Amino acid sequence: MSNIYYLPSHEYIRVEGAEGYVGISEYAASQLGVVTYVDTPEEGDTFAAGEDFGAVESRKAASDLFMPVDAEVLEVNDELVDNPRLLNNAPLEAWILKVRIEDPSQLDGLMDQKAYDEFVAAQQH
Amino acid sequence: MENKTTCLHASHKALGALMAPFAGYDMPIEYDGLDKEHTAVRTSAGLFDVSHMGEIVVEGPQALDLVNHIFTNDAAALADGGVAYGMMCHPDGGTVDDLLVYRVNAEKFLLVVNASNAEKDVAWVRNAAAGFDAEVVDRCADYGQLALQGPDAEAILEREMGLELKSMPFYTFRVLEGSLCGGVPAIVSRTGYTGEDGFEIYAAPEVIVELWNRLLAAGVQPCGLGCRDTLRFEAGLPLYGDELADDITPIEAGLGMFVKLDKPGGFIGSEALARQKAEGPARKLVGLRLDGAATARHGFEVLDLDGAVVGHVTTGYNSLTLGENIAMALVDARYAPLGSSLQVRIRRRLVPATVVKKRFYVPKYKK
Repeated sequence: MSNIYYLPSHEYIRVEGAEGYVGISEYAASQLGVVTYVDTPEEGDTFAAGEDFGAVESRKAASDLFMPVDAEVLEVNDELVDNPRLLNNAPLEAWILKVRIEDPSQLDGLMDQKAYDEFVAAQQH
Repeated sequence: MENKTTCLHASHKALGALMAPFAGYDMPIEYDGLDKEHTAVRTSAGLFDVSHMGEIVVEGPQALDLVNHIFTNDAAALADGGVAYGMMCHPDGGTVDDLLVYRVNAEKFLLVVNASNAEKDVAWVRNAAAGFDAEVVDRCADYGQLALQGPDAEAILEREMGLELKSMPFYTFRVLEGSLCGGVPAIVSRTGYTGEDGFEIYAAPEVIVELWNRLLAAGVQPCGLGCRDTLRFEAGLPLYGDELADDITPIEAGLGMFVKLDKPGGFIGSEALARQKAEGPARKLVGLRLDGAATARHGFEVLDLDGAVVGHVTTGYNSLTLGENIAMALVDARYAPLGSSLQVRIRRRLVPATVVKKRFYVPKYKK
Protein backbone atom coordinates (compact mmCIF):
# COMPACT_ATOMS: atom_id res chain seq x y z
CA MET A 1 0.00 0.00 0.00
CA SER A 2 2.79 2.39 -0.89
CA ASN A 3 0.45 4.59 -2.90
CA ILE A 4 -1.83 5.60 -0.04
CA TYR A 5 -1.38 8.81 1.94
CA TYR A 6 -3.11 10.23 5.01
CA LEU A 7 -3.97 13.51 6.66
CA PRO A 8 -3.78 13.92 10.47
CA SER A 9 -7.60 14.32 10.30
CA HIS A 10 -7.72 10.68 9.07
CA GLU A 11 -8.68 11.12 5.41
CA TYR A 12 -6.74 9.00 2.96
CA ILE A 13 -5.99 9.43 -0.71
CA ARG A 14 -5.17 6.30 -2.68
CA VAL A 15 -3.24 7.36 -5.77
CA GLU A 16 -3.63 5.78 -9.20
CA GLY A 17 -1.67 7.82 -11.71
CA ALA A 18 -3.05 11.34 -11.92
CA GLU A 19 -6.19 10.30 -10.09
CA GLY A 20 -6.94 9.51 -6.48
CA TYR A 21 -9.63 7.95 -4.31
CA VAL A 22 -10.43 9.89 -1.14
CA GLY A 23 -11.98 8.30 1.95
CA ILE A 24 -11.55 7.86 5.68
CA SER A 25 -9.10 5.56 7.43
CA GLU A 26 -9.98 2.33 9.19
CA TYR A 27 -9.10 3.99 12.48
CA ALA A 28 -11.47 6.90 11.79
CA ALA A 29 -14.25 4.50 10.78
CA SER A 30 -13.82 2.54 14.00
CA GLN A 31 -13.97 5.69 16.10
CA LEU A 32 -17.09 7.13 14.46
CA GLY A 33 -19.62 4.51 15.42
CA VAL A 34 -22.32 3.53 12.95
CA VAL A 35 -22.26 5.95 10.02
CA THR A 36 -25.71 7.38 9.28
CA TYR A 37 -24.91 9.81 6.47
CA VAL A 38 -22.13 10.89 4.16
CA ASP A 39 -22.35 14.48 2.95
CA THR A 40 -20.57 14.80 -0.39
CA PRO A 41 -19.82 17.55 -2.90
CA GLU A 42 -20.78 17.51 -6.59
CA GLU A 43 -18.84 16.25 -9.55
CA GLY A 44 -16.76 19.08 -10.96
CA ASP A 45 -16.34 20.85 -7.62
CA THR A 46 -12.75 21.85 -6.92
CA PHE A 47 -11.08 22.04 -3.54
CA ALA A 48 -7.75 23.25 -2.24
CA ALA A 49 -5.60 21.02 -0.04
CA GLY A 50 -6.96 21.19 3.51
CA GLU A 51 -10.36 22.54 2.46
CA ASP A 52 -13.42 20.78 3.87
CA PHE A 53 -15.42 19.01 1.18
CA GLY A 54 -18.11 17.22 3.16
CA ALA A 55 -18.81 15.34 6.36
CA VAL A 56 -19.38 11.90 7.80
CA GLU A 57 -22.16 11.61 10.35
CA SER A 58 -22.80 9.07 13.02
CA ARG A 59 -25.37 9.20 15.81
CA LYS A 60 -22.70 10.75 17.99
CA ALA A 61 -21.39 13.53 15.81
CA ALA A 62 -20.63 14.97 12.41
CA SER A 63 -16.99 14.97 11.36
CA ASP A 64 -15.89 17.34 8.64
CA LEU A 65 -13.90 15.86 5.79
CA PHE A 66 -10.80 17.58 4.45
CA MET A 67 -9.23 17.29 1.01
CA PRO A 68 -5.68 15.90 1.10
CA VAL A 69 -4.45 17.78 -1.99
CA ASP A 70 -5.70 20.35 -4.50
CA ALA A 71 -8.24 18.35 -6.48
CA GLU A 72 -11.24 18.30 -8.77
CA VAL A 73 -14.06 15.88 -8.01
CA LEU A 74 -14.45 13.38 -10.86
CA GLU A 75 -16.93 11.04 -9.24
CA VAL A 76 -18.91 10.65 -6.02
CA ASN A 77 -19.45 7.16 -4.62
CA ASP A 78 -23.25 7.00 -4.81
CA GLU A 79 -23.34 3.66 -3.04
CA LEU A 80 -22.60 5.51 0.18
CA VAL A 81 -25.75 7.57 -0.17
CA ASP A 82 -27.90 4.44 0.02
CA ASN A 83 -25.66 2.50 2.35
CA PRO A 84 -23.47 4.73 4.51
CA ARG A 85 -22.51 1.74 6.67
CA LEU A 86 -20.16 0.61 3.91
CA LEU A 87 -17.80 3.14 5.46
CA ASN A 88 -17.80 1.10 8.67
CA ASN A 89 -17.39 -2.23 6.96
CA ALA A 90 -14.59 -1.52 4.50
CA PRO A 91 -13.44 2.11 4.66
CA LEU A 92 -10.46 1.59 2.34
CA GLU A 93 -12.69 0.11 -0.36
CA ALA A 94 -15.61 2.44 0.25
CA TRP A 95 -13.94 5.54 -1.14
CA ILE A 96 -16.02 8.70 -0.98
CA LEU A 97 -14.64 10.67 -3.93
CA LYS A 98 -12.63 9.98 -7.04
CA VAL A 99 -10.58 13.09 -7.78
CA ARG A 100 -8.07 14.47 -10.22
CA ILE A 101 -4.87 15.39 -8.42
CA GLU A 102 -3.81 18.88 -9.52
CA ASP A 103 -0.32 18.89 -8.02
CA PRO A 104 1.24 15.50 -7.23
CA SER A 105 4.11 17.16 -5.33
CA GLN A 106 1.62 17.91 -2.53
CA LEU A 107 1.53 14.17 -1.74
CA ASP A 108 5.03 14.52 -0.31
CA GLY A 109 3.55 16.59 2.53
CA LEU A 110 1.20 13.77 3.63
CA MET A 111 1.81 10.75 5.87
CA ASP A 112 2.50 7.40 4.21
CA GLN A 113 1.05 4.20 5.70
CA LYS A 114 3.91 3.68 8.13
CA ALA A 115 3.91 7.27 9.36
CA TYR A 116 0.12 7.18 9.74
CA ASP A 117 0.19 3.90 11.68
CA GLU A 118 2.68 5.47 14.09
CA PHE A 119 0.56 8.60 14.31
CA VAL A 120 -2.53 6.56 15.26
CA ALA A 121 -0.58 4.48 17.77
CA ALA A 122 0.65 7.68 19.43
CA GLN A 123 -2.92 9.01 19.58
CA GLN A 124 -4.12 5.97 21.44
CA HIS A 125 -1.85 6.69 24.38
CA MET B 1 -6.33 22.42 32.98
CA GLU B 2 -6.42 18.82 34.16
CA ASN B 3 -9.91 17.31 34.07
CA LYS B 4 -11.50 16.11 37.28
CA THR B 5 -12.46 12.46 37.60
CA THR B 6 -15.36 10.69 39.29
CA CYS B 7 -15.02 7.87 41.82
CA LEU B 8 -15.67 5.39 38.97
CA HIS B 9 -12.91 6.60 36.66
CA ALA B 10 -10.76 3.48 37.07
CA SER B 11 -13.74 1.30 36.21
CA HIS B 12 -14.46 3.30 33.05
CA LYS B 13 -10.87 2.83 31.93
CA ALA B 14 -10.96 -0.88 32.77
CA LEU B 15 -14.17 -1.26 30.74
CA GLY B 16 -12.45 0.38 27.78
CA ALA B 17 -14.86 3.29 27.59
CA LEU B 18 -14.35 6.05 25.08
CA MET B 19 -13.59 8.98 27.37
CA ALA B 20 -13.94 12.70 26.70
CA PRO B 21 -13.99 15.91 28.70
CA PHE B 22 -17.43 17.02 29.83
CA ALA B 23 -18.09 19.87 32.25
CA GLY B 24 -14.52 19.71 33.50
CA TYR B 25 -14.61 15.93 34.09
CA ASP B 26 -13.05 13.11 32.11
CA MET B 27 -16.29 11.19 31.46
CA PRO B 28 -17.31 8.01 29.60
CA ILE B 29 -19.07 8.74 26.30
CA GLU B 30 -19.74 5.10 25.39
CA TYR B 31 -18.66 1.60 26.38
CA ASP B 32 -20.18 -0.75 23.82
CA GLY B 33 -21.57 1.71 21.29
CA LEU B 34 -24.13 4.45 21.66
CA ASP B 35 -26.89 2.56 19.82
CA LYS B 36 -26.60 -0.56 21.97
CA GLU B 37 -26.59 1.47 25.18
CA HIS B 38 -29.52 3.62 24.06
CA THR B 39 -31.53 0.51 23.20
CA ALA B 40 -30.70 -1.14 26.52
CA VAL B 41 -32.27 1.78 28.41
CA ARG B 42 -35.39 1.79 26.21
CA THR B 43 -35.92 -1.97 26.41
CA SER B 44 -34.33 -3.24 29.66
CA ALA B 45 -31.98 -1.12 31.77
CA GLY B 46 -28.78 0.89 31.65
CA LEU B 47 -26.41 2.17 34.32
CA PHE B 48 -24.86 5.64 34.19
CA ASP B 49 -22.10 7.23 36.23
CA VAL B 50 -23.43 10.73 36.85
CA SER B 51 -21.17 11.51 39.77
CA HIS B 52 -20.17 14.75 38.07
CA MET B 53 -23.56 16.27 38.97
CA GLY B 54 -23.43 18.90 41.72
CA GLU B 55 -25.08 18.68 45.13
CA ILE B 56 -25.87 21.71 47.28
CA VAL B 57 -27.53 21.40 50.70
CA VAL B 58 -29.66 24.28 52.01
CA GLU B 59 -30.32 23.92 55.71
CA GLY B 60 -31.82 26.08 58.45
CA PRO B 61 -35.05 27.62 59.75
CA GLN B 62 -35.54 29.56 56.49
CA ALA B 63 -34.27 26.88 54.11
CA LEU B 64 -37.66 26.64 52.38
CA ASP B 65 -37.90 30.41 51.96
CA LEU B 66 -34.44 30.56 50.44
CA VAL B 67 -35.09 27.66 48.08
CA ASN B 68 -38.35 29.20 46.92
CA HIS B 69 -36.63 32.56 46.43
CA ILE B 70 -34.24 31.04 43.86
CA PHE B 71 -36.49 28.31 42.40
CA THR B 72 -39.11 28.71 39.67
CA ASN B 73 -41.15 25.74 40.87
CA ASP B 74 -42.81 25.65 44.29
CA ALA B 75 -40.81 23.83 46.95
CA ALA B 76 -43.58 24.56 49.46
CA ALA B 77 -45.74 22.05 47.63
CA LEU B 78 -43.30 19.24 48.46
CA ALA B 79 -43.77 16.80 51.30
CA ASP B 80 -40.75 15.24 52.99
CA GLY B 81 -39.29 12.83 50.43
CA GLY B 82 -40.62 14.80 47.48
CA VAL B 83 -38.67 15.99 44.45
CA ALA B 84 -39.42 18.95 42.18
CA TYR B 85 -37.85 19.97 38.86
CA GLY B 86 -37.39 23.63 38.00
CA MET B 87 -34.92 26.39 37.23
CA MET B 88 -32.95 29.13 38.91
CA CYS B 89 -33.23 32.36 36.94
CA HIS B 90 -31.51 35.69 36.61
CA PRO B 91 -33.54 38.84 37.35
CA ASP B 92 -34.07 39.20 33.57
CA GLY B 93 -35.51 35.67 33.36
CA GLY B 94 -32.46 34.02 31.74
CA THR B 95 -31.64 30.63 33.20
CA VAL B 96 -28.84 30.19 35.74
CA ASP B 97 -29.42 26.43 35.76
CA ASP B 98 -32.09 23.77 35.81
CA LEU B 99 -32.13 21.55 38.86
CA LEU B 100 -33.91 19.06 41.08
CA VAL B 101 -34.94 20.10 44.60
CA TYR B 102 -35.23 17.32 47.19
CA ARG B 103 -37.10 18.08 50.42
CA VAL B 104 -35.45 16.08 53.21
CA ASN B 105 -37.49 17.91 55.84
CA ALA B 106 -38.93 21.38 56.41
CA GLU B 107 -35.49 22.77 57.20
CA LYS B 108 -33.29 20.77 54.85
CA PHE B 109 -33.25 20.65 51.07
CA LEU B 110 -30.87 19.07 48.58
CA LEU B 111 -30.33 20.85 45.27
CA VAL B 112 -28.96 18.74 42.42
CA VAL B 113 -27.43 20.88 39.69
CA ASN B 114 -25.53 20.46 36.43
CA ALA B 115 -21.81 19.80 36.72
CA SER B 116 -21.07 22.49 34.17
CA ASN B 117 -22.75 25.07 36.42
CA ALA B 118 -21.99 23.74 39.89
CA GLU B 119 -19.50 26.44 40.85
CA LYS B 120 -21.67 29.21 39.44
CA ASP B 121 -24.70 27.76 41.22
CA VAL B 122 -23.04 27.52 44.64
CA ALA B 123 -22.02 31.17 44.36
CA TRP B 124 -25.48 32.10 43.10
CA VAL B 125 -27.33 30.43 45.96
CA ARG B 126 -24.88 31.76 48.56
CA ASN B 127 -25.28 35.25 47.20
CA ALA B 128 -29.05 34.92 47.27
CA ALA B 129 -28.93 33.61 50.84
CA ALA B 130 -28.11 37.02 52.34
CA GLY B 131 -30.89 37.88 54.76
CA PHE B 132 -32.13 34.28 55.07
CA ASP B 133 -31.53 32.20 58.19
CA ALA B 134 -30.20 29.26 56.18
CA GLU B 135 -26.83 27.74 55.44
CA VAL B 136 -25.67 26.82 51.93
CA VAL B 137 -23.27 23.86 51.89
CA ASP B 138 -21.36 22.76 48.79
CA ARG B 139 -21.51 18.92 48.87
CA CYS B 140 -20.41 18.38 45.25
CA ALA B 141 -17.27 16.49 46.22
CA ASP B 142 -18.99 14.35 48.88
CA TYR B 143 -21.46 12.50 46.69
CA GLY B 144 -21.12 10.04 43.88
CA GLN B 145 -24.23 9.40 41.80
CA LEU B 146 -25.55 6.52 39.71
CA ALA B 147 -28.57 6.49 37.43
CA LEU B 148 -30.21 3.14 36.73
CA GLN B 149 -32.74 3.72 33.97
CA GLY B 150 -35.15 1.60 31.99
CA PRO B 151 -38.21 -0.64 32.38
CA ASP B 152 -36.23 -3.26 34.34
CA ALA B 153 -34.63 -0.75 36.72
CA GLU B 154 -37.12 -1.36 39.53
CA ALA B 155 -36.72 -5.13 39.55
CA ILE B 156 -32.93 -4.94 39.33
CA LEU B 157 -32.58 -2.45 42.14
CA GLU B 158 -35.03 -4.32 44.36
CA ARG B 159 -32.97 -7.47 43.88
CA GLU B 160 -29.50 -5.97 44.17
CA MET B 161 -30.16 -3.49 46.98
CA GLY B 162 -32.76 -5.50 48.88
CA LEU B 163 -35.28 -2.67 48.69
CA GLU B 164 -39.02 -2.56 48.15
CA LEU B 165 -39.54 0.02 45.41
CA LYS B 166 -42.87 -0.88 43.77
CA SER B 167 -44.77 1.48 46.03
CA MET B 168 -42.38 4.35 45.40
CA PRO B 169 -43.98 7.06 43.21
CA PHE B 170 -42.17 8.98 40.48
CA TYR B 171 -40.34 12.07 41.77
CA THR B 172 -40.00 10.84 45.34
CA PHE B 173 -36.96 9.68 47.26
CA ARG B 174 -35.89 7.76 50.33
CA VAL B 175 -32.94 8.32 52.62
CA LEU B 176 -31.25 5.00 53.36
CA GLU B 177 -29.30 4.60 56.58
CA GLY B 178 -27.42 1.68 58.03
CA SER B 179 -25.38 -1.29 56.96
CA LEU B 180 -26.37 -1.17 53.31
CA CYS B 181 -24.48 2.06 52.92
CA GLY B 182 -21.62 1.48 55.31
CA GLY B 183 -23.21 3.79 57.84
CA VAL B 184 -23.30 6.73 55.39
CA PRO B 185 -26.73 8.03 54.48
CA ALA B 186 -27.60 7.48 50.86
CA ILE B 187 -30.51 8.67 48.76
CA VAL B 188 -32.53 6.67 46.25
CA SER B 189 -34.88 8.72 44.11
CA ARG B 190 -37.28 7.70 41.39
CA THR B 191 -36.03 10.25 38.89
CA GLY B 192 -34.01 10.31 35.70
CA TYR B 193 -33.14 11.92 32.43
CA THR B 194 -34.00 9.34 29.80
CA GLY B 195 -37.78 9.29 29.37
CA GLU B 196 -37.91 5.90 31.08
CA ASP B 197 -38.76 4.81 34.59
CA GLY B 198 -35.66 4.67 36.71
CA PHE B 199 -33.73 5.62 39.79
CA GLU B 200 -30.90 7.86 40.82
CA ILE B 201 -28.73 6.94 43.77
CA TYR B 202 -26.63 9.43 45.70
CA ALA B 203 -24.06 8.15 48.18
CA ALA B 204 -20.51 8.40 49.40
CA PRO B 205 -18.01 7.52 46.62
CA GLU B 206 -17.02 4.15 48.14
CA VAL B 207 -20.68 3.11 48.31
CA ILE B 208 -21.22 4.21 44.73
CA VAL B 209 -18.24 2.14 43.57
CA GLU B 210 -19.54 -0.93 45.39
CA LEU B 211 -23.04 -0.59 44.00
CA TRP B 212 -21.72 0.09 40.48
CA ASN B 213 -19.66 -3.12 40.61
CA ARG B 214 -22.58 -5.09 41.98
CA LEU B 215 -24.91 -3.90 39.21
CA LEU B 216 -22.35 -4.58 36.49
CA ALA B 217 -21.78 -8.06 37.91
CA ALA B 218 -25.54 -8.57 37.66
CA GLY B 219 -25.25 -7.95 33.93
CA VAL B 220 -26.54 -4.39 33.70
CA GLN B 221 -25.35 -2.50 30.61
CA PRO B 222 -23.02 0.41 31.47
CA CYS B 223 -24.08 3.52 29.54
CA GLY B 224 -22.13 6.63 28.65
CA LEU B 225 -23.02 10.27 28.25
CA GLY B 226 -23.50 9.71 24.51
CA CYS B 227 -26.77 7.84 24.93
CA ARG B 228 -27.71 9.94 27.95
CA ASP B 229 -27.97 12.81 25.47
CA THR B 230 -29.85 10.91 22.75
CA LEU B 231 -32.29 9.51 25.33
CA ARG B 232 -33.07 12.83 27.01
CA PHE B 233 -33.35 14.48 23.62
CA GLU B 234 -35.93 11.98 22.32
CA ALA B 235 -37.98 12.55 25.47
CA GLY B 236 -37.92 16.33 24.88
CA LEU B 237 -35.91 17.03 28.02
CA PRO B 238 -33.68 20.13 27.92
CA LEU B 239 -29.92 20.18 28.42
CA TYR B 240 -28.41 23.29 29.92
CA GLY B 241 -26.11 24.81 27.32
CA ASP B 242 -28.38 23.65 24.50
CA GLU B 243 -32.05 24.37 25.29
CA LEU B 244 -31.40 26.49 28.39
CA ALA B 245 -28.72 29.12 28.98
CA ASP B 246 -28.06 32.38 30.76
CA ASP B 247 -29.80 34.11 27.84
CA ILE B 248 -32.64 31.60 27.33
CA THR B 249 -35.64 31.76 29.67
CA PRO B 250 -37.75 28.78 30.77
CA ILE B 251 -40.74 30.41 29.06
CA GLU B 252 -38.89 30.48 25.73
CA ALA B 253 -37.85 26.87 26.31
CA GLY B 254 -41.48 25.83 26.79
CA LEU B 255 -40.97 24.92 30.44
CA GLY B 256 -43.75 27.16 31.78
CA MET B 257 -45.30 24.29 33.73
CA PHE B 258 -42.25 24.39 36.02
CA VAL B 259 -42.52 28.15 36.55
CA LYS B 260 -45.00 29.03 39.32
CA LEU B 261 -45.56 32.71 38.67
CA ASP B 262 -48.31 32.94 41.29
CA LYS B 263 -46.05 31.64 44.07
CA PRO B 264 -46.38 33.90 47.17
CA GLY B 265 -43.48 36.37 47.31
CA GLY B 266 -42.30 35.50 43.81
CA PHE B 267 -38.71 34.44 43.09
CA ILE B 268 -35.65 35.87 41.39
CA GLY B 269 -36.72 36.52 37.80
CA SER B 270 -40.45 36.09 38.40
CA GLU B 271 -41.37 39.63 37.30
CA ALA B 272 -39.50 39.33 34.03
CA LEU B 273 -40.93 35.87 33.36
CA ALA B 274 -44.48 37.01 34.16
CA ARG B 275 -44.08 39.88 31.71
CA GLN B 276 -42.67 37.58 29.04
CA LYS B 277 -45.47 35.09 29.51
CA ALA B 278 -48.12 37.84 29.29
CA GLU B 279 -46.61 39.38 26.15
CA GLY B 280 -45.62 36.08 24.59
CA PRO B 281 -41.94 35.28 24.06
CA ALA B 282 -40.30 36.52 20.84
CA ARG B 283 -38.77 33.10 20.27
CA LYS B 284 -39.76 29.58 21.22
CA LEU B 285 -38.22 26.16 21.42
CA VAL B 286 -39.76 23.83 18.82
CA GLY B 287 -39.29 20.33 17.52
CA LEU B 288 -38.23 19.88 13.91
CA ARG B 289 -38.49 16.89 11.62
CA LEU B 290 -35.98 17.12 8.77
CA ASP B 291 -36.25 15.70 5.29
CA GLY B 292 -33.40 13.48 4.21
CA ALA B 293 -30.48 11.77 5.82
CA ALA B 294 -28.38 14.65 7.16
CA THR B 295 -28.53 15.47 10.84
CA ALA B 296 -29.00 18.98 12.20
CA ARG B 297 -26.53 19.74 15.00
CA HIS B 298 -26.30 22.28 17.78
CA GLY B 299 -25.74 25.77 16.42
CA PHE B 300 -26.88 25.17 12.84
CA GLU B 301 -28.95 28.02 11.39
CA VAL B 302 -32.73 27.72 10.97
CA LEU B 303 -34.14 29.76 8.09
CA ASP B 304 -37.58 30.65 6.79
CA LEU B 305 -38.56 29.73 3.25
CA ASP B 306 -37.23 33.10 2.02
CA GLY B 307 -33.81 32.24 3.37
CA ALA B 308 -33.82 34.63 6.34
CA VAL B 309 -32.26 33.26 9.55
CA VAL B 310 -35.02 32.86 12.15
CA GLY B 311 -33.28 30.77 14.80
CA HIS B 312 -30.80 28.00 15.54
CA VAL B 313 -30.74 24.30 16.28
CA THR B 314 -30.19 23.50 19.98
CA THR B 315 -29.87 19.70 19.67
CA GLY B 316 -30.31 17.31 16.77
CA TYR B 317 -29.90 13.60 16.16
CA ASN B 318 -30.75 10.81 13.85
CA SER B 319 -33.24 9.28 16.28
CA LEU B 320 -32.63 5.63 16.99
CA THR B 321 -36.16 5.10 18.27
CA LEU B 322 -37.86 6.92 15.38
CA GLY B 323 -35.37 6.39 12.56
CA GLU B 324 -35.71 10.03 11.53
CA ASN B 325 -33.59 13.14 11.69
CA ILE B 326 -35.15 15.32 14.36
CA ALA B 327 -34.03 18.40 16.22
CA MET B 328 -34.97 20.96 18.78
CA ALA B 329 -34.53 24.57 17.72
CA LEU B 330 -35.05 28.01 19.18
CA VAL B 331 -36.93 29.98 16.54
CA ASP B 332 -38.87 33.19 16.01
CA ALA B 333 -42.25 32.61 17.70
CA ARG B 334 -44.04 33.20 14.37
CA TYR B 335 -42.79 29.79 13.27
CA ALA B 336 -43.68 27.92 16.46
CA PRO B 337 -47.08 26.54 15.32
CA LEU B 338 -46.98 22.83 14.50
CA GLY B 339 -46.68 22.22 10.78
CA SER B 340 -44.70 25.40 10.03
CA SER B 341 -42.23 24.94 7.17
CA LEU B 342 -38.63 25.95 7.78
CA GLN B 343 -35.15 25.09 6.54
CA VAL B 344 -31.95 24.11 8.32
CA ARG B 345 -28.53 24.95 6.91
CA ILE B 346 -26.48 21.77 7.10
CA ARG B 347 -23.04 22.74 5.89
CA ARG B 348 -23.54 23.82 2.25
CA ARG B 349 -27.15 22.70 1.90
CA LEU B 350 -30.57 23.95 2.95
CA VAL B 351 -32.66 21.06 4.21
CA PRO B 352 -36.47 21.34 4.49
CA ALA B 353 -37.86 20.91 8.01
CA THR B 354 -41.31 20.86 9.59
CA VAL B 355 -42.22 22.01 13.09
CA VAL B 356 -43.44 19.06 15.16
CA LYS B 357 -43.97 18.35 18.86
CA LYS B 358 -40.63 18.36 20.64
CA ARG B 359 -41.51 15.40 22.78
CA PHE B 360 -40.48 12.89 20.14
CA TYR B 361 -40.76 9.93 22.46
CA VAL B 362 -43.57 9.62 24.99
CA PRO B 363 -41.89 9.02 28.35
CA LYS B 364 -42.78 5.84 30.20
CA TYR B 365 -42.61 7.13 33.73
CA LYS B 366 -43.95 5.31 36.75
CA LYS B 367 -47.53 6.42 37.37
